[in-house]
Amino acid sequence: MTLNPSIAGAVPRPRGIRRWRDSLSAIGFLAPGLIGLLLFLVLPLIASLVLSFTNWKIMGKTSFIGLDNFSHALTVDPVFWQVLGNTVLFTVEYLVLNIIISVGLAVAITNLKWGKQFFRLVFFLPTFTPLVGSSVVWLLIFTPGGFLDWVMSALHIPLPNLITDTAWAMQCVVIVSLWAGFGYNLLLFGAALESIPQQYLDAAVIDGATAWQRFWRIKLPLISPSLFFGIVLTAITSLQVFDQVYALTRGGPGAATQTLGYKIYRDGFITYSFGYASSIAWLLFIVIMVLTAVQLRLQRKWVHYDA
Amino acid sequence: MPEVREVSAARTVGSVILHVFVVAVAIAFLFPFFWMLSNAVRSNGEVLAVPPRLLPTEWQWYNFIDALSLLPFGRFFLNSVFVSAAITLITLIVSSLAGYAFSRVRFPGRDGLFLVYLATLMVPQAVIVIPLFLMMSRIGWVNTYQGLVLPVAFGSFGTFLMRQFFLTIPKELEEAALIDGCSRLRAFWSIFLPLSTPALGLLALFTFTGQWNSFLWPLIAVNSTDYSTIPLGLTAFQGQNGTQWNYIMAGAAISMVPGLALTLLLQKYIFKGIAISSGFGGR
Repeated sequence: MTLNPSIAGAVPRPRGIRRWRDSLSAIGFLAPGLIGLLLFLVLPLIASLVLSFTNWKIMGKTSFIGLDNFSHALTVDPVFWQVLGNTVLFTVEYLVLNIIISVGLAVAITNLKWGKQFFRLVFFLPTFTPLVGSSVVWLLIFTPGGFLDWVMSALHIPLPNLITDTAWAMQCVVIVSLWAGFGYNLLLFGAALESIPQQYLDAAVIDGATAWQRFWRIKLPLISPSLFFGIVLTAITSLQVFDQVYALTRGGPGAATQTLGYKIYRDGFITYSFGYASSIAWLLFIVIMVLTAVQLRLQRKWVHYDA
Repeated sequence: MPEVREVSAARTVGSVILHVFVVAVAIAFLFPFFWMLSNAVRSNGEVLAVPPRLLPTEWQWYNFIDALSLLPFGRFFLNSVFVSAAITLITLIVSSLAGYAFSRVRFPGRDGLFLVYLATLMVPQAVIVIPLFLMMSRIGWVNTYQGLVLPVAFGSFGTFLMRQFFLTIPKELEEAALIDGCSRLRAFWSIFLPLSTPALGLLALFTFTGQWNSFLWPLIAVNSTDYSTIPLGLTAFQGQNGTQWNYIMAGAAISMVPGLALTLLLQKYIFKGIAISSGFGGR
């Protein structure tokens, strides 16, 4: 939109000067953020790529070793594939359950006569609390002789030590993550459901649509942009899962709950293999970029923006 | 008309069942909070007693005071408050400035640069923490407040939120001012900022709680109790022999205070804010 200065009674100025001044002021407005972003994000990002081609450890000589770190991870490292598998398993299980629970509860709560806002807030509470705080509480619930053990033995279902059991430990991580994490998506989908015009639903009822049909044919397509946003964001964060793993299991037993996020921390800050840890970090980054690109492509098939 | 009455009766029954269901789920969901509080105010021996008791035999409220002074969660609490508040302040300033430029000022390469900002949201923190740590140790910022604050204070999420919000402010408002010879900075300061208090409040809320909960960067940037934040304190004492579980539960309860207070205080804005911020998705 261009102005006509003469109408406004100001001194007419050539357009070029205005554009020049705009660019100058843009630089001023952007400078603080850009400098911070360059120093603390772009520079470290490039540095970590460079590091991933070196064998930098805290001791010894550092040299460039080309793609050796990556080939070591993919072919030699005894736990890499297990860790990648753990991460994918966690992400898929967590993502699917999170979306089912949050969409289901969001629909249920939207249909309530009273207490909508109250219940949404109840489920949102863990979102604003530290994940490690939630984790230590759950640790107490999961511990042998703890609350869960007590309930289960009353039902005559013997439980192993969940946190140190190879099969169960990851399920504990998933449970804690779900408890702490679905509240955000619940609010997101709740907001989308509330914005569906009531006429659409009334019209469907008059036409004899069942609740099930209204959900699949009307509600779901209409909230699909929010659903897409929630899925992409949840996938990106769950691929990086770290806090819960650290607080609950420290990656154990063995490497049963080690995820890529945990392995990067472990290789970087426990064994101080900065070069190798950086290469794992870039593999994680690549996984996230590819997955996000695929989702952006697929959205055309199922997301409706023309509501 | 009996049919209509039947339908509405069925609907009432369905509605009651739905309420009962949601209430039941909510009670089960809240159990960990109850368990945390109930274990925070009993003796450590009773925390580990088998079978567990739902309520303490003796209510030891002073556990909270002990946890604050002995572990010391009081110190961690103040560190967390200071670090989160500092990051929030920087984020508010930087994001509103940049958000203004992206939404209101025309300059070459704007859309390209904005896409770069968008893309940085995908970068996992794990990718940059190693070089950041090496940077911090090179300049002697490990175990300092500036080392805890500055490296995480320039995320691009805030810039999006502010840009998104500024786009909803009518153009005519500032154009009139600019024609009258008002500078960009002046327009930003006296027109845009006052209109943006809801968005700024939201950004403050998300940033503060996000940083309050943040774990990975403090874990790496700090190895002294003097600079530890609450999440660090919660994991530092677990796993040792004779873990004081009751104090850790008290610490976990303390860690939830700001989130709880802000959620209750700002409930309306949270709902609206999540709706606004999801507007980025694909649009």
